[in-house]
Amino acid sequence: MSVSLVLLIVMAVLYACGIYLLLERSMTRVLLGFLLVGNATNLLIIIMAGKAGLAPIVTDGVEAEQMTDPLPEALILTAIVITFGVSAFLMALIYRSWRLAKQDSLQDDEADVAMRGGAVALPSETSGIDASDTEFGTRAEGAVSTARDLEEDDEDAAADAATSSNDGGAER
Amino acid sequence: MNALVPLVVLIPLIGAASALALGRRARAQRIVTVAALASVLAVGAVMLYVVDTSGPLVMEVGGWAAPFGIVLIVDRLAALMVVVSALVLLAVLIFSVGQGLADGDQETPVSIYYPTYLILATGVFNAFIAGDLFNLYVGFEILLVASYVLITLGGTEARIRAGTTYIVVSLVSSMLFLASIAMIYGAVGTVNIAQISLRMAEIPLDVQIILHIMLLVAFGIKAAVFPLSFWLPDSYPTAPAPVTAVFAGLLTKVGVYAIIRTETVIFPGSELNPALMVLALLTMVVGVLGAVAQADIKRLLSFTLVSHIGYMILGVALGSVAGTAAATFYIVHHIVVQTTLFLGAGLIERIGGSTSITKLGGLLKASPLVALLFFVPALNLGGIPPFSGFIGKLALFQAAAEQGTWLAWLLIGAGAVVSLLTLYALMRVWNMAFWRPAADVEGYESTLLDNVSEAPGENTMTETRTVPRLMIAATAGMVAASIGLTVFAGPLFGISSRAGENLEGPFQYVQLVFPEATDD
Repeated sequence: MSVSLVLLIVMAVLYACGIYLLLERSMTRVLLGFLLVGNATNLLIIIMAGKAGLAPIVTDGVEAEQMTDPLPEALILTAIVITFGVSAFLMALIYRSWRLAKQDSLQDDEADVAMRGGAVALPSETSGIDASDTEFGTRAEGAVSTARDLEEDDEDAAADAATSSNDGGAER
Repeated sequence: MNALVPLVVLIPLIGAASALALGRRARAQRIVTVAALASVLAVGAVMLYVVDTSGPLVMEVGGWAAPFGIVLIVDRLAALMVVVSALVLLAVLIFSVGQGLADGDQETPVSIYYPTYLILATGVFNAFIAGDLFNLYVGFEILLVASYVLITLGGTEARIRAGTTYIVVSLVSSMLFLASIAMIYGAVGTVNIAQISLRMAEIPLDVQIILHIMLLVAFGIKAAVFPLSFWLPDSYPTAPAPVTAVFAGLLTKVGVYAIIRTETVIFPGSELNPALMVLALLTMVVGVLGAVAQADIKRLLSFTLVSHIGYMILGVALGSVAGTAAATFYIVHHIVVQTTLFLGAGLIERIGGSTSITKLGGLLKASPLVALLFFVPALNLGGIPPFSGFIGKLALFQAAAEQGTWLAWLLIGAGAVVSLLTLYALMRVWNMAFWRPAADVEGYESTLLDNVSEAPGENTMTETRTVPRLMIAATAGMVAASIGLTVFAGPLFGISSRAGENLEGPFQYVQLVFPEATDD
């Protein structure tokens, strides 16, 4: 099986960068890392298909050996769809986490901290860096001037929920 | 009869779609979900009977012949797993219906909970019947994506934090699995498990070992085998009680199931078995030591879960028919018992208002029935005769003793000690939460007062909450099922042994897919 060296190098770089980003505490970087690793894995599957060739359509005069292996491409399509769905979920999760904790980095588990004897777990630099690193700033209101007020949205949602639950009650 | 095979995936999938469409009508949604899982249980039971009496079922999806199309295979192991999983999923569903009704569905947004739960079931069943490595990957992804939604249900800060750990770790394991599939495809040119098994023997040993290790790492993360088990006790306890119960019962076992398939079909008689035995030992010991140190019941149970994964890995690592049979029996026992204990923890949380044993006390008086429902599975998990935990461990130890190496004897010793320590950890919960009088709880009053001043009106209800009958009934049903495993241990062990015999060498599995390839 012959392998394209360019693809191999690209894959290695994507894997290296992706794994580096995955090991970060910042959730946005983890997302980027996941995307890179996902694409690196797709490249790996392409590489495993072997040499590129003609389209895998059976016509006269084309031998099976001349065609590209179609199966890895089918696998990649599935993998791309899965990666796409999971990244969408991750983004929603990051947004939720950022709205709740007002920071992008992952917090330590309370029970773990307690087990370590209540020592403050987060090194002080983490919060400082993240606050200045993110383009959103530290406050929600500062991010986009035209953004809707989140608190207000919540109130609306709560009001909606209240009315809908009332409806449900009436139904029963 | 082959037509039954895809039903176990289709029924929950269609059920999920209908439940989603019925999003506004909670009652209809519940009925659809319960009906879907009940019918899967019925289909699974029929399949188990058919498979046990007249041989495995093989379905070539869309009529495409084996190496080109996708095959679904139900042998005794898969059928047994499907039945037990369906039973557990149904019981936990009933529990969560009870809890949801009582909570007014504040904690679990009703419109997505049931569809997601059914999709989780779809993924679990798909993984069990997959005869194709890539289909196994898809099954894993289906159940993982559903589990991401369930573990962050409600989106509170603690759940998002715990969910993030879980999700990132799962993503890494999925990527590893996908990369291993790519490498295996590169090495043998197929993703059909039976064909991989045929061709794997022909490739060089060092390549085999690399591929084997990659697969084991990917599945090891999912099965929570030490040292890849760190994520589990961090992420499981914060989810709602029924979600934790079903995760603890099923998700890690799907990983163990995949390891069994890897060890028996793809890489039979592997060089890595001694290494796996060492990992089994470390999983058992490290897990149980974690459990002994915990004060929170859900975390404690999560650590015992990790610890008991070690027993199953031991059975697999022995590489003998007796070992695989014992591991199969142990998986069935552990799915039922661990789920029951987590449901019990959910009941404790409801009547005591906490899951920390430092804050609980006097529950025996408050609710003798809940005490009983926790005590029986606790003894069972600890391996007290005559319960199924004892039978499973005995079978594992016998299989290990048959092998007779010093490592096997070491594992027998460790297994006995770990089972005692499990019992110690669970009896500590029992003594603190149920046995001691409420008056003995240190700072009982003060914590209450603190909470009241911090959040007035929120905490006054925890003391007086009653437990809905449906939750009790579901837990009682699971306890009854775990006792049933003890009473009917004979027939069950018969099926497990025959399942183990099916997995002796890859030939029987390969023969199902390629009947002509019998010469090997």
